[in-house]
Amino acid sequence: MKTIKSMLLGAAFAVLSQTGMAAESGFTLETVNPEADRLALQAFYQERFAGVPLEDYVNGIYAIDPPSRKQWDALEEFPPYEFDLEEGEELFNTPFANGKGYADCFENGGIGIRQNYPYWNAEQGSIKTLEQEINECREQNGEQPLKWKKGDVAKISAYMAWTSRGKPFDIKIPENDPRALQAYLDGKKFFYSKRGQLNLSCANCHLQGSRLYIRADLPGPMLGHPTHFPVVRSKWGEIGTLHRRYEGCHRDTRSVPLPPQSDEFRKLEYFQTYMSNGLIVNGPGARK
Amino acid sequence: MRRLTTALCAVAAAVALSGPVAAASQDELIEEGRAVYHDKTRGNCISCHNINDPIANLPGSQGPMMIAMQQRFPDKRKLRAQIWDATVANPLSIMPPIGKHWILSEDEIDAVVEYIYQY
Ligand code: HEC
Ligand code: HEC
Repeated sequence: MKTIKSMLLGAAFAVLSQTGMAAESGFTLETVNPEADRLALQAFYQERFAGVPLEDYVNGIYAIDPPSRKQWDALEEFPPYEFDLEEGEELFNTPFANGKGYADCFENGGIGIRQNYPYWNAEQGSIKTLEQEINECREQNGEQPLKWKKGDVAKISAYMAWTSRGKPFDIKIPENDPRALQAYLDGKKFFYSKRGQLNLSCANCHLQGSRLYIRADLPGPMLGHPTHFPVVRSKWGEIGTLHRRYEGCHRDTRSVPLPPQSDEFRKLEYFQTYMSNGLIVNGPGARK
Repeated sequence: MRRLTTALCAVAAAVALSGPVAAASQDELIEEGRAVYHDKTRGNCISCHNINDPIANLPGSQGPMMIAMQQRFPDKRKLRAQIWDATVANPLSIMPPIGKHWILSEDEIDAVVEYIYQY
C-alpha cells in the first residue's frame, strides 16, 4: 500500500511536469519545497488558462469560465452573504457572559487578520485555523463551542474575513521547526492521494480536471480555493465553512469523510492556503 | 477473497449457461448496457464521456467521446480491461476502476462493453 501510494505520488509529479510547468518539488521532507510548489502551481494554471490574470484566481471557477462568470456577476449584485455579515459583526461584538469578547482573544482585536490563517503553532505542535480559535476563545471564556460547519461560526468568520478584504495571504512555514514543513507535506500528500471507491484525488478534479465537465459540474482551479471562505452556496442555501466543503468533496470520492477541523483537514487547509499566498482575502464569497 | 471466489464462480456459471441464449439476448444486453452507461447510480459513464445516443443528457468532458470503438479497440477484451481498471494504463486517471473497485458487476461491465461497441 505504502509503495503504491508513493508510486502514485511520484507519477503525479511526473505528469504535472510533463505539462511543461516549472519544477514541482517532491513528496519527502528532504525534497519538498513549498515555494517551488507554489510557483509551479501558478505556472500550471497560467499555461492551462492562458490570459487569466493571477489575481483573478480568488474567484474560483468564475475566473476561468466566462459563461459561469456571467451568472455569478448577476448573483453578486445583491450579495447573498450580506445578512450573514451583519449578523457576524453583531455576534463578534456581543460580549460573553463574563464581559469579555472575541476582540480580547485575537491579535489586533481580531480585525484584519484573516490572511495569517491557518498558521503553525509551535507550542501546541499543530495547525490552527481561524474557526478553531473562534471556538477556543469561547471556551476560554466559559461559553459553549459552536458547531463547525455552518451558522454562527461561519458568520463570525465571515465578518473577520470581511475586515481583512484586500490583504494578501501570508502563510508562513517556520524554518526552525521541521514539524511545520511536515504539516505542509501531509497536506500536500492528502491533496494528491487517491481515495474512496471512485479512486479520486483532489488533484484529479481540481488540477487535471479543472474546467472539464463532470456531467453538469465544473471543477475550478485549486489555486485560490481558500481565499473567499466562508461562502454562501446556492446548493446549501446558507453560509458554510471551508471544512464543510472539504467534507462534501471528500464524500464525492465515495469515502467516509473526515470530520471538520480534524488534524488532516487543518493540514490540507495549511497546504492549500500556502499555495494561495500572495492572493488577497476576498471572503465571504458566493458560489453556485 | 471470499467475495472474489463467489464472483468468479458466478461468472463461470453465467458463461456456462449463456451459450445457447447469447444471440437472442444481444439486444437485451445492449439495452442493459445503455442503462448502466447513463444511469447516475450505476456506471454514470455519461458524466465524463459523451456518446452519440439521443438519450445522452448533460454529457461530461473529462474523457474522450465514445466513438469509433471498434476501430480503436479491435480487441474487445482490451476495451473491457480499460473499463475494468483504467489505472493500469494511467495510474493517475480520473476514471474510476469500475471493476476493480466493485463499482459495477462483471455482468454490467459486459453489458456496457456491448453497448459502447456499437459506436
Ligand atoms: C469528483 C470531483 C471532485 C473531487 C474528487 C474533489 N472536488 Fe472539490 N469541487 C468539485 C466541484 C465540481 C466543485 C464546485 C466547482 C468549484 O467551485 O470548483 C468543487 C469545489 C471545491 C471547493 C470550493 C471552491 C470554491 O471556489 O468555492 C473546494 C475548496 C474544494 N472543492 C476542495 C476539494 C478538496 C480539498 C478535495 C479533495 C479532498 C476535492 N475538492 C475533491 C469537484 C471535486
Ligand atoms: C470521472 C470520469 C470518468 C468516468 C466516470 C468514466 N470515465 Fe472512462 N475515461 C475517463 C478519462 C479521463 C479517460 C482517458 C484516459 C485516462 O485518462 O485514463 C477515459 C478513458 C476511457 C476509455 C478509453 C477510451 C480511449 O479512446 O482510449 C473507455 C473505453 C472508457 N473510458 C469507458 C468508460 C465507461 C464505459 C465508463 C462507465 C462505466 C467510464 N469510462 C467512466 C474518465 C472517466
